Amino acid sequence: MKVLVAVKRVIDYNVKVRVKPDNTGVDLANVKMAMNPFCEIAVEEAVRLKEKGVASEIVVVSIGPKAAQEQIRTALALGADRGIHIETDEEVQSLEAAKLLKSVVEKEEPKLVILGKQSIDSDNNQTGQMLAALTGMGQGTFASEVVVEGDKVNVTREIDGGLMTVALNLPAVVTTDLRLNEPRYASLPNIMKAKKKPLESMSPADLGVDIAARLSTLKVEAPAARQAGVKVADVAELVDKLKNEAKVI
Amino acid sequence: MSILVIAEHDNSSLKQATLNVVAAAKAIGGDIDVLVAGENCGAVAEAAAKAEGVNKVLVADNAAYGHFLGENLGDLVAEVGKGYSHILAAAGTTGKDFMPRVAALLDVAQVSDIIRVESEDTFVRPIYAGNAIATVKANDAIKVVTVRPTGFDPVAAEGGSASVEQLDVVKDAGLSSFVSEELAKSDRPDLASAGIVVSGGRGMQNGDNFKMLEQVADLMGAAVGASRAAVDAGFVPNDMQVGQTGKIVAPQLYIAVGISGAIQHLAGMSDSKVIVAINKDEEAPIFQVADYGLVADLFEAVPQLEEELKKVL
Repeated sequence: MKVLVAVKRVIDYNVKVRVKPDNTGVDLANVKMAMNPFCEIAVEEAVRLKEKGVASEIVVVSIGPKAAQEQIRTALALGADRGIHIETDEEVQSLEAAKLLKSVVEKEEPKLVILGKQSIDSDNNQTGQMLAALTGMGQGTFASEVVVEGDKVNVTREIDGGLMTVALNLPAVVTTDLRLNEPRYASLPNIMKAKKKPLESMSPADLGVDIAARLSTLKVEAPAARQAGVKVADVAELVDKLKNEAKVI
Repeated sequence: MSILVIAEHDNSSLKQATLNVVAAAKAIGGDIDVLVAGENCGAVAEAAAKAEGVNKVLVADNAAYGHFLGENLGDLVAEVGKGYSHILAAAGTTGKDFMPRVAALLDVAQVSDIIRVESEDTFVRPIYAGNAIATVKANDAIKVVTVRPTGFDPVAAEGGSASVEQLDVVKDAGLSSFVSEELAKSDRPDLASAGIVVSGGRGMQNGDNFKMLEQVADLMGAAVGASRAAVDAGFVPNDMQVGQTGKIVAPQLYIAVGISGAIQHLAGMSDSKVIVAINKDEEAPIFQVADYGLVADLFEAVPQLEEELKKVL
């Protein structure tokens, strides 16, 4: 069974985010970029499915500027077989990303599409569900366990209050949550081998998708800073302040 | 303008988050209808009809909606919602699951997790784990919006008298089916809407030690939460996680015990009214957002806290 994994290039998880002084966005100049952490989990899950003999081929796709090929190569080094790069320097929002991925799904006909549940830049949590709706597929969102059985996949989902397991007909879309797996690191030999794996590049126009944004960002501001308060000497003082000063107990 | 709010519930009671979403709808302005989709959910519809500011309650009561499967809810809400200017739902795991499907089926963008309404088409939402706050304008005819409940004070649960209308729209996409559910059973208040939250981090060392926090929480009628580090270490289940990818909380009082204060955790609790940090590392970043900081070994401080609270409560 073929598995398609979508990955996104985002600001590295460890970088301190700074808002631009003109409030037009976040400063990404000379900032370390990396694969979105939830997408790393998606790649890892696909590789594990291949190691179990469930997946036969892993195709990884990314939408973004030329440099997004770095993240595709990373996925190839982790065990994906083939890459597809949809190259654009424009901002691609969730609905348009889902439309681009839909055209890839129609061409590649994967049995399973795995994506991260959200990217840590826009924090939208939309693309997987939108792709599932546009392609008429079922969806297992916020997955903490994925078990393929015949023509179905059982997905255990992290929901408010606990866990819920659903059975989906294949093909299906899965979006990953934090506890699905712990991604491996790429080995140096695999990084070298990844350079020789096939990577196909195309534009949104090649796929016939209009990527014009539907949401306009009017401004981006730094959050109101919270002031540090006081240190208390002991528990008795703490309880006294909570009761008599803050009046919250 | 006409706004459709999708109720969040468990088939027997209306979740408070729905009242927060109705408040967001009031901030937009216009007639507010509430859709209750579920199975044997009549009591929920009655509760929704009493909420302040609700014009009409629509009820879709069918086995297809009993487990809130995103495929079925997506089809239902896209059909019922296409006559409205706005479709709103709480940004919990149910709303996050079906709302993007609604947006895609209607071919419109979704605005996720708003914390403020600027105007009928302009909303404020956190991005980059709350390290930046974006103001975005939705240019589509129908606005599909998920609402962060802590961003809006809830409307009154009583006092309204909306009409209740049964819908006979049954959408069973046949793509997915419910297998099982494991819900944490707790007599404590719901983490997302509790007035006081006591959270533990990696400093708790193991799951058994969380009993100390539970005892303190029970004295105050508080919910118990955890940092991602504590969840990843297996101390407590994932539904207790507070943070960027867990629950967003904004209680009157948040007590962080043995939590260093990674930005992903701060993203989930920094809107709390009063923050207390107990940590033995005085350099821990949590102290930079805490109103009251206590540098102490939590294994001494927490039992003392329990004793002191018993004296005053």
